Amino acid sequence: MAELVWQHLPLIFAGLMGLSILVYVILDGFDLGVGILFAGATPTEKDRMIGSIGPFWDANETWLVLAIGILLVAFPVAHGQILTALYLPVAVMLIALIMRGVAFEFRAKAGTAQKPMWNLIFFAGSALTALSQGFMLGAYVLGLRSDLWATLFSLAVGFALLATYAAIGGAWLIYKAEGELQKKAVRWTAGASIAMAAGMAMVSIATPLASPRIFDKWFSVPEIIALAPLPIAAGLLFVFLFWQLAHLPDRNDRFSLVPFVVISAILTLGFFGLAYSFYPYIVPDRMTIDAAASARESLAIILAGVCIVLPVIVGYSVFAYRVFGGKATDLRYD
Amino acid sequence: MEFDPFLLSRIQFAANISFHILFPTITIALGWVLVFFKWRYARTGDATWMDAYFFWVKIFALSFALGVVSGITMSFQFGTNWPGFMETVGNIAGPLLAYEVLTAFFLEAVFLGIMLFGFRRVSNRVHTAATVLVAFGTTMSAFWILVLNSWMHTPAGHEVRDGIVHAVDWWAIIFNPSMPYRLAHMLIASGLTVAFLIAGVSAFRLLMGDRGEPVRKMLRTGVVMGAALIPVQILVGDLHGLNTLEHQPAKVAAMEGNWETRGNVPLILFAIPDEEARTNHFELGIPGGASLILKHSFDGVVPGLNDFVAEDGTVLHPPVAPVFWGFRVMVGTGMAMLVLSWTAAWFLWKRRAHFAEPLPKPLLYMLVPMAFSGWVATLAGWYVTEIGRQPWLVTGVLTTKDALGPVAGGMVASTLFVYLAAYVLLLAAYCGVIIRLAVKGAKGDGGGAAPRPAATPAFIAAE
Repeated sequence: MAELVWQHLPLIFAGLMGLSILVYVILDGFDLGVGILFAGATPTEKDRMIGSIGPFWDANETWLVLAIGILLVAFPVAHGQILTALYLPVAVMLIALIMRGVAFEFRAKAGTAQKPMWNLIFFAGSALTALSQGFMLGAYVLGLRSDLWATLFSLAVGFALLATYAAIGGAWLIYKAEGELQKKAVRWTAGASIAMAAGMAMVSIATPLASPRIFDKWFSVPEIIALAPLPIAAGLLFVFLFWQLAHLPDRNDRFSLVPFVVISAILTLGFFGLAYSFYPYIVPDRMTIDAAASARESLAIILAGVCIVLPVIVGYSVFAYRVFGGKATDLRYD
Repeated sequence: MEFDPFLLSRIQFAANISFHILFPTITIALGWVLVFFKWRYARTGDATWMDAYFFWVKIFALSFALGVVSGITMSFQFGTNWPGFMETVGNIAGPLLAYEVLTAFFLEAVFLGIMLFGFRRVSNRVHTAATVLVAFGTTMSAFWILVLNSWMHTPAGHEVRDGIVHAVDWWAIIFNPSMPYRLAHMLIASGLTVAFLIAGVSAFRLLMGDRGEPVRKMLRTGVVMGAALIPVQILVGDLHGLNTLEHQPAKVAAMEGNWETRGNVPLILFAIPDEEARTNHFELGIPGGASLILKHSFDGVVPGLNDFVAEDGTVLHPPVAPVFWGFRVMVGTGMAMLVLSWTAAWFLWKRRAHFAEPLPKPLLYMLVPMAFSGWVATLAGWYVTEIGRQPWLVTGVLTTKDALGPVAGGMVASTLFVYLAAYVLLLAAYCGVIIRLAVKGAKGDGGGAAPRPAATPAFIAAE
């Protein structure tokens, strides 16, 4: 057992990093999405929307730190290669994350005259974060190329991720909001989900076209049979999502969490599709997981900590979500 | 126009980390002060302690948010600008950073939500526990970061194989020679920063005419905390200096502005170090002072900068002027802290029973600008130690130049410009909010989100 773990340490860490990215996309995805949906909300609705994410956003963002931290500590060479190639979108994302994170605080504390400005910054920061993250995903899918077509494609993926975050943010609001805002959230989610589906289809088509290796991996027997359930399940989930959205809000609010769960499931499927395509590479077609990994002694030290601490983190995160369960209220300190 | 990516990347990293450190410096100690306010309330049942809590928890929340978002930037900067760092010492730095995320980041981020917004949703006991966990998390975060930073100054417990550093003894890595001193120095610096921030903001509120019990409690907390910590800090700082003398003599030589290794070295109060001529201009010093402080005798031999120039003329010591001046700014601010906090503490003691004014007005006026003195001293101190490590990134293992990535200078210049613009805006907004909260607090509406009278005319007009 110990021998097996030792041998597969790089793979285990790639898995942990993937898990953190997935959790990040779902969790920070919904609070970024709520920020993106600020564009269509009234001032009162904005306060309630902030109330629905205020206690969570900071912890949600920590999953990004964990994901980039694992890339940094477990695959330092890949970390350098990927981040220098993505220098500009990373910088845009960081500035956007900074501005949006502080806008949370400033919009409530800086005085009424400045509030519209910080609301705008909150929206712009959330949207730019989504765009730049999608841009990075697009560039990564095309193997970190930087020609014009790759840039255009990356931009398109940026907008697709923007729509995806808006969809899951809307789904979160369906769960956390009441009355008019909840009805609005249903419409937002439906609209954004269409763009999200189009974006996922686009990435699915581009991925095998960009890399002959991935093309072979997808369209050969028996892999194609093992892989086929992914897009089929995703398609069925989308159909179910739209059917459910047509029946929301329901009278007793019993199904308000369903769209959020369904979108999370779709994202999980999409994530496994990407992971399957790129394995065993960490820098597409250039560097494998094993080649990029740090010394096993160091990885083992980290894994010991992860095994002890991660369950505790999950435990108290669940606790925090339960404390703030139910419909969102306005935030107050006392 | 030619951009030097090395210089620009260094400025960018310095700007990012300087901006970042401002906020943890506040949250590390302020978290524990909030725990103290809650504890005093639990012990005495005096609700004014909770008024103090609710005033400062807002500033804590704001500082925390700024610390988090500016900290995320740091974890990306390693890869975007300094990939050589993790490629060379990733086996050491990786686990330390990973443990910071695992044991500190999640803890503070998750319980922050409950601490800030959960007061009515959980029992008081759970709320206090959440506050303690947030404070503990910020302290743990400081611990891991200072372990890594200290290891970069005084590496230990490792070996180099094929140009890559490997961990040999984690105990030696974590408890490397400068770690205990640096950690203690930084934690106390955080305490002093918060003490003077609280004292300064309270003085501002008193000058605004606020005579409430909460502001008196805050003032007392800030002044007593400052007066108690500053002598400890001077002692710890001295020990840290002696530790640096042992492990990084070139840094101490630059701090003292001492060019030749000799005895009877003066403690220089003012000088303009000239690296070209390798001498000081306009030197004003106390004879034998540096020898006395560093070697505890007037004829003690202190290392000089000229020992750190190779045969071929390569300079192996840090740039002298910034280290020399950074050190003087830090010590000077510390001296001002000592004088002011002790004077204030003396007045508070004398007037403890009967005076309407807890402190004389001139003293209040002096405390207000000291609100951000902790930032000045902390930044100056970090410049001393970080510039003082140059040309090394990890002493004796990796030079800063070798860690630089391939990104073009023009690209770095453009991102640097945007970062700087954002930081100026945010710093102004941050200070603006603190002043605004202080004004609102002084006017007695608790600084909450209550509608302001300015909204009334529109309301009347609508009728």
